[in-house]
Amino acid sequence: MTLTEFIFGRLDWNAIPYDPIVQLTFVAVALGGIALVGALTYFKLWGYLWNEWFTSVDHKKIGIMYMILGLVMLLRGFADAIMMRIQQAIAFNGSEGYLNAHHYDQIFTAHGVIMIFFVAMPWVTGLMNYVVPLQIGARDVSFPFLNNFSFWMTTGGAIITMISLFIGEYGQTGWLAFPPLSGIGASPYVGVDYYIWGLQVAGVGTTLSGINLLVTIIKMRAPGMTMMKMPIFTWTSLCTNVLIVASFPVLTVVLVLLSLDRYVGTNFFTNDLGGNPMMYVNLIWIWGHPEVYILILPLFGVFSEVVSTFTGKRLFGYTSMVYATVVITVLSYLVWLHHFFTMGSGASVNSFFGITTMIISIPTGAKIFNWLFTMYKGRIRFELPMMWTVAFMLTFTVGGMTGVLLAVPPADFVLHNSLFLIAHFHNVIIGGVVFGLFAAINFWWPKAFGFRLDPFWGKVSFWGWVVGYWVAFTPLYVLGLMGVTRRMRVFDDPSLQIWFQIAAVGAFIVAIGIGAFLIQIAVSIWKRDQLRDFTGDPWGGRTLEWATSSPPPDYNFAFTPVAHDVDAWHDMKARNYQRPTTGFAEIHMPRGTGAGVILSVLAVICGFALVWYIWWLAALSFIGIVGYSIYHTFDNDRDYYIPVDEVIETERKREAQLASLKA
Amino acid sequence: MSTIILPKDRATFHLTEEPHHPEGHSTMLGFWIYLMSDCLMFAVLFAVFAVLGNNFAAGPGPKDLFDLELVALNTAMLLFSSITYGFAMLAMVKNNSRQVLIWLGITGLFGLAFLAIELYEFHHLIHIGATPQRSAFLSAFFTLVGTHGLHVTFGLIWLVTLMVQVSKRGLTAANQRRLGCLSLFWHFLDVIWIGVFTFVYLLGMI
Repeated sequence: MTLTEFIFGRLDWNAIPYDPIVQLTFVAVALGGIALVGALTYFKLWGYLWNEWFTSVDHKKIGIMYMILGLVMLLRGFADAIMMRIQQAIAFNGSEGYLNAHHYDQIFTAHGVIMIFFVAMPWVTGLMNYVVPLQIGARDVSFPFLNNFSFWMTTGGAIITMISLFIGEYGQTGWLAFPPLSGIGASPYVGVDYYIWGLQVAGVGTTLSGINLLVTIIKMRAPGMTMMKMPIFTWTSLCTNVLIVASFPVLTVVLVLLSLDRYVGTNFFTNDLGGNPMMYVNLIWIWGHPEVYILILPLFGVFSEVVSTFTGKRLFGYTSMVYATVVITVLSYLVWLHHFFTMGSGASVNSFFGITTMIISIPTGAKIFNWLFTMYKGRIRFELPMMWTVAFMLTFTVGGMTGVLLAVPPADFVLHNSLFLIAHFHNVIIGGVVFGLFAAINFWWPKAFGFRLDPFWGKVSFWGWVVGYWVAFTPLYVLGLMGVTRRMRVFDDPSLQIWFQIAAVGAFIVAIGIGAFLIQIAVSIWKRDQLRDFTGDPWGGRTLEWATSSPPPDYNFAFTPVAHDVDAWHDMKARNYQRPTTGFAEIHMPRGTGAGVILSVLAVICGFALVWYIWWLAALSFIGIVGYSIYHTFDNDRDYYIPVDEVIETERKREAQLASLKA
Repeated sequence: MSTIILPKDRATFHLTEEPHHPEGHSTMLGFWIYLMSDCLMFAVLFAVFAVLGNNFAAGPGPKDLFDLELVALNTAMLLFSSITYGFAMLAMVKNNSRQVLIWLGITGLFGLAFLAIELYEFHHLIHIGATPQRSAFLSAFFTLVGTHGLHVTFGLIWLVTLMVQVSKRGLTAANQRRLGCLSLFWHFLDVIWIGVFTFVYLLGMI
């Protein structure tokens, strides 16, 4: 080993991709980054960001930071999507398209990984972080520092994944990196290692945040809020966090085993010396199937809140909704094998998993009917969140039905790994998770910032997404039925091209939807005074988060609320609740800390060093993580009291706001 | 659940007194849930061992490799360390920090002895060519047992940290809570080891 090899591992100048597309992207990102850093420095915002946001342990700010992370990564993930659609639309009649195989394979891998782990997960986690403590009338989560640390670990994983774009390569294995393709023999360079360490670092954050929210919901509910009086979004969050805690450890272990195969030369998933690649597929789907319910369950909660709010009615069948959620939680562990019916486990095993899969559609169908019956004879207001909800019900039902089709093993043998499958899961993930997130963002934005989102651009975004989704993915259903498999880069049959061209047009319509969403945010900030909401309850809300001001004070509620009903806030309004104006006391709050950022930076360095075999740096940064964690346990200055004068002042301002409304 | 007594009065919409959430009131529950997630990691490793445990790839199997007497000694070390940790917790209840430190020290020594014996066993196996790379069985064996060993290692680092904390600050509420968490962790590792001892070593020798 030479000195250079010792210092830099396998990192050398060849790691800089020579692909002109990547280089142009790098120039654009570098210029944008320099402009951003310059602007932050010029406006002297670093101190503000560090003190008020990065080191904050306030669940509301952490929730918003998660949402920003998800939005940034959405742009990256969508760039990948549109590149794939263009490639597949033009790579016919002997054309190679504009992406070489090495680049194209990285794109479909990165697209899947980023959309699931760094868009959907941060958005769902951010949403739960923001809303759950408010809905249960708590001041914060159970472990505020852990919450900040979880966020930064998730961000660290995203950073490791993003570094791969400009230094080295990303995996070319598909988003679940099945061996033996992801083994060291078939993937000797750094792509799969970036994949592993990006997910491992982010996985620490996800697991810890799952534990945190679980304990928060169990321990911190307002007095009177028994389990069956919890808002339905809190219920779905509870189930989601149970799933996170009970499934992410499996992902952690299976990735550890894959890294042992790659780094140490063990034989877990190799083809020789007794290894078993199918065990990887089994294990990763034991995590992977609950994962899709982790994503969708909170959005089921969102739709429930939105439907009952915008029809002005109590949710139909609250109890059955709770039971349906719990049943889905349990069943989600009993279906994983339907992802690989073709493995060859035999008719009996396949039948079992086919039937359990079909059974899941029963509680899910019950939910759909609950929403419909809530709307029935309601006074429906078609504000943006409600529009997204209706679009969800129409779109998701189709996705659910194609899912039941795929659950039939003989049908699956035909459709396995085809574009039909791709259309199916985009149908449920876009139609369910993404639509739900937009419903949620439009619904809770006024709570987070004190002004509504602009409805015009919101509608442009809505129609862009809904129309774009159908134009982009209906052709894939058709192609899948014709037998076209996924992840293809070039095609021989010219008759297929028209479908790919339609799909590409759909992707561009979705791009309009995404662009309009960004404009919606910008326009809303610009016109915030016209969109301002002083009531704290712009939609006629029903749960406790609408009982406080928008944005809520650091301490959420000056006095801990008492819940008497599922729709606690609706109940308070109905029974002439009077806001307390006297008797305020100082409030005990957790103090912000930079420890989460520091540990995450060390974890990113450690991950990067492991990817490039820079052992000294990996060891050093790992020791740094352990050492700094120990050091942090000696820090006893973790809380403070908001003085009573400050509470009185905040509440007086709130009183004045409400008074100005009456005047 | 909140421990506050619910106002019977349906017209009460808020508490006038700040509810008393003592610092760290949720830590035990949170740590329990963490332990369950850790347990799941071991469950996967046990499952992997169950699937691959007979794939010797024409290499050595358990009967060629394991020395039950050594493993019994090792098990004794870990079980003793659990008892002595229990004594440390009893001393903590009596608020005797000197005794706590002594028992923690003894626990640490037993833990170290366990690790030393395990490392000796690993060294011996690798020396005779039964490396983790040799077969899927050995990959699964080294990973399962090694993961447990790594947990013990981190437990030891934690134990030393807590000894420093207790000697510097005494048995404060925070330190008592931490000792309680480490106690759960330490006994948990014992339970896992009983699984390893039974399923890997004893059943392997049949």
